[in-house]
Amino acid sequence: MAETFHLSVLTPTASLLDEEVESAIFPGSEGYLGVLAHHAPLLTALIPGKITVRRPDGTTSLYAVSGGFLEVSGNRANVLADALEEAGSIDAARAARALERARTRMKEHGKWDTTRNEAALRRAQNRLGVVHDAKS
Amino acid sequence: MATLKQIRRRIRSVKSTQQITRAMEMVAAAKLKRATDRALASRPYARKAAEVLRSLAGAAGSLSHPLFEERPVARKLVVVIASDKGLCGSYNMTVFRRMENEYPRANRSGLLLYPVGRRADAYFGKRPWELIASLPELGDQTNPQKAKRLAAELVQLYLDKKVDSVSLVFTRYVSVISRRVVEEPLLPIVPDKSATADGDNAANENYIFEPSPEAIFETLLPRYIENRVLQAMSESLASEHAARMVSMGAASKNAKEVIERLTLEGNKLRQAAITREISEIVGGVEALK
Repeated sequence: MAETFHLSVLTPTASLLDEEVESAIFPGSEGYLGVLAHHAPLLTALIPGKITVRRPDGTTSLYAVSGGFLEVSGNRANVLADALEEAGSIDAARAARALERARTRMKEHGKWDTTRNEAALRRAQNRLGVVHDAKS
Repeated sequence: MATLKQIRRRIRSVKSTQQITRAMEMVAAAKLKRATDRALASRPYARKAAEVLRSLAGAAGSLSHPLFEERPVARKLVVVIASDKGLCGSYNMTVFRRMENEYPRANRSGLLLYPVGRRADAYFGKRPWELIASLPELGDQTNPQKAKRLAAELVQLYLDKKVDSVSLVFTRYVSVISRRVVEEPLLPIVPDKSATADGDNAANENYIFEPSPEAIFETLLPRYIENRVLQAMSESLASEHAARMVSMGAASKNAKEVIERLTLEGNKLRQAAITREISEIVGGVEALK
């Protein structure tokens, strides 16, 4: 059996994950990165993307994260996420609506806050992407 | 001596007051549940963020950032968080008294206040305090957008050198019956040096930073400040609802006692009136004999 490390995910509103895992893949600001047991100390920013977690019993779970930080030290990985959702709990219809809204707003130049709208667009795209990946 | 009619009227009025206090107690209880859930759930995040910041500051060593820069404090800004509404017992007064004690009138030079919550705004606005701005609407539930805006405003004031330090005065929620008013420094960010000296943090020197410590600082610091402000707001809200629930509970209980006392008095009066009437009739009958 492969070695494990401790993964915990905290958001400003809740502690979402707190368990031993075999591996995890995070959307780092410089690209996706995988973490295994005894990873070197690392601190990186996360961008909206997928987190893939592989548990010792062989099951994997997919989560959508909307940005934050990853800290790895002493065989522990801590994620300070802005928000995290399990693939199964994502409301695909709502994400699709958000995407549609963001796209419409993108066309109406100057009317909306561009940075915020782009962030909303990326979050919606990310959620839909995670739902899609979970199905396939 | 009150007449029976007067007493009945008083009972009615106390009863309607009691209905209000009881309703407020229940509303506060429901809100308290949500507020404490939020306040408690966000504590681990706040703790971890502070920890990450500490190791980052420790590891980056010489790295400087404007928000870390300690300047001689000529102008100090204090953000005071109280409630929008009253009827919550001593909750607001405790905060105000703390401020009065901490900053007596004689040495308020260079002190600026940023009251948050309508009550705080009203209190400090009327008294000899210097306000820089105010947020007269805290709202009922924790509002991350509001915390974000306030945090951005505070950071801007600090960066523009309009103030040299910022601290938060708020009420930390301990339990339903226990709260503590605290003052916590917010800016400049002073990483806790003592913890970095610990053995278990020694390994932090070798952190890999992606993309770079500076870039991580850029994204981490605003979030950290926002989170601190949000945390202070949610703790205050939880405390406020707890205070309101307890004081409204006490008010309902007092109303019940008053009603009991008035009912007793009313019954006595009624009895006395009946007794008097009977004795008058008996006296009349006796006289006729």
